[in-house]
Amino acid sequence: MAEKVMVKGNEAMAEAAVRAGCRLYFGYPITPQSEFTEYMARRMPQVNGVFLQSESEVAAVNMVYGAACTGNRVMTSTSSPGFSLMQEGVSYIAGAMLPAVFVNVVRGGPGLGDIQPAQSDYFQATKGGAHGDYHLIVLAPGSIQESVDLMEDAFRMADEYRMPVLILADGMLGQMMEPVEFPEFVKLEGINDHSAWALRGATGRNANKVTSFDIDPVNLEKMNMLIQEIYKRVRVREVRYEAIALEDAEYMLVGYGTMGRILGSVVKLARNKGIKVGLFRPITLWPFPYAELKKAAQGVKTILTVEMSTGQMVEDVRLAVEGSVPVEFYGRTGGMVPTPDEVLAELLKHV
Amino acid sequence: MIEATYKRPESLAKREFSYCPGCHHGIIHRLVAETIDELNIREKTLMVAPVGCSVFAYEFFDVDGTVAPHGRAPAVATGMKRSLPDRVVFTYQGDGDLAAIGTAEIIHAANRGEKITTIFVNNAIYGMTGGQMAPTTLLGMKTTTSPYGRKSETEGFPLHVSELLKETAGIIYLERVAVSSPQEVRKAKAAIKKAFTVQLRGLGFAMVEVLSTCPTNWGLSPVESIKWLNENMKKEYPLGVFVDKVGDLK
Repeated sequence: MAEKVMVKGNEAMAEAAVRAGCRLYFGYPITPQSEFTEYMARRMPQVNGVFLQSESEVAAVNMVYGAACTGNRVMTSTSSPGFSLMQEGVSYIAGAMLPAVFVNVVRGGPGLGDIQPAQSDYFQATKGGAHGDYHLIVLAPGSIQESVDLMEDAFRMADEYRMPVLILADGMLGQMMEPVEFPEFVKLEGINDHSAWALRGATGRNANKVTSFDIDPVNLEKMNMLIQEIYKRVRVREVRYEAIALEDAEYMLVGYGTMGRILGSVVKLARNKGIKVGLFRPITLWPFPYAELKKAAQGVKTILTVEMSTGQMVEDVRLAVEGSVPVEFYGRTGGMVPTPDEVLAELLKHV
Repeated sequence: MIEATYKRPESLAKREFSYCPGCHHGIIHRLVAETIDELNIREKTLMVAPVGCSVFAYEFFDVDGTVAPHGRAPAVATGMKRSLPDRVVFTYQGDGDLAAIGTAEIIHAANRGEKITTIFVNNAIYGMTGGQMAPTTLLGMKTTTSPYGRKSETEGFPLHVSELLKETAGIIYLERVAVSSPQEVRKAKAAIKKAFTVQLRGLGFAMVEVLSTCPTNWGLSPVESIKWLNENMKKEYPLGVFVDKVGDLK
């Protein structure tokens, strides 16, 4: 068993990516994720990897596109305004069916916003931040250890489904330090054999073409439906969530990421007061655990969804329960993080 | 038995071009394909097509290829080359793609000395979208978005990309050529071959700008287009070598 080390979230995720076999990193500095980029600048030369600081997030995502065309594991990391700039490339990567991993260390918005933790990019992450019929797999870690553990899954899913995977973190996860146990280095042999489609030079075979483009709508629809078939498989196989103290719960808290973790403390506070509260924490935001949440909500009097936004995931919570349970919302925005006491006070209004 | 003396280059796919009659893309494609054949690099070449008339170029070359978002081909090529440094990577871009929306990507790829090759086709207009003004459009030239003729007061001046790029330290070889006559075609071929050779030797970034016609959107016949190019384009965009840090590569 590996030793635990004290490490900052951004650096922990970067090291986890290296251990997951990523040897290609393209990025652009932006707070509160710059330590990620800086770590890769130090780390990649040590493992014979590629680090390149691009001239913009627009260039970074297109470098990711180019590297992904070769079938090698590649990633970038950024924060909210930077991920907005990357959206064009994300859409092309999704359309061209390329494996790539993104990390968005979300900060307050809209616009320039601020550099404090936020969850206001949920819509962008899960509902398609750019043009076209596409999705990212969106993973929302609630701790630094979970962000490390999910990194290998992120690359595995990107390779397996040939689609972009996003780790949706926030400024809190990026900036805080926690003890972390790192996994062993992944052996890539046989895991990501993309020779059937990747662009590596047409030696002894027909030329491969990678594109999101087809001028003929009949063909483009076919291409889009092929991608939708992949999404169906992802929905069946990759849904993840954490359920805490829901067995006898009369009230259910729902939150993801850093907020989900804070809600864990609220559950304890409420239980100490004799209120039967449980927590449902989605880990995959796309695919969202609709059926699992609905099942967990059976017999619950009220659901309180809490986010560091003015209410985005709450729409999916409402879709999940289909009106069977009242869904209330509490959120702070602009980089404000709700405290456990604050959420408990809100919960008590509905008890 | 008659020996074939003029054949389709191996590196051109067996497809019909989608280009208009009199457009120079076809000639330029052929020169690039001949170069790839002669350097014997077809099986290790990756190409990046742009958005614009040559958006289909990744289908016309019989090499591994993709099409980049508008203007981003040099960034895409950078990702490919950094991932597979022993392959040959080239971008093929028009002036709408490279000189307008893609100015940041081309300048920084050149300045990094990215070991890729760029073929830049300049016809002073947006072709695919129907003849709109480009940054390269000449003053006084009428397009669908400069219907009264391009005026410097409101639309600025024709952008000289090669003149701009020659100041970037990472660029090894840069030449502006045309393909309006057999002599020019031969010179263009030599320039393209040199630009690929620079990459094969791992020296840095190389680009060839090729002046091209657009009879359809210029509203001229193919023959008139060549005359117009010779009389107007070459005045604004003089042919010549802008950077050559390698000399004779033979």
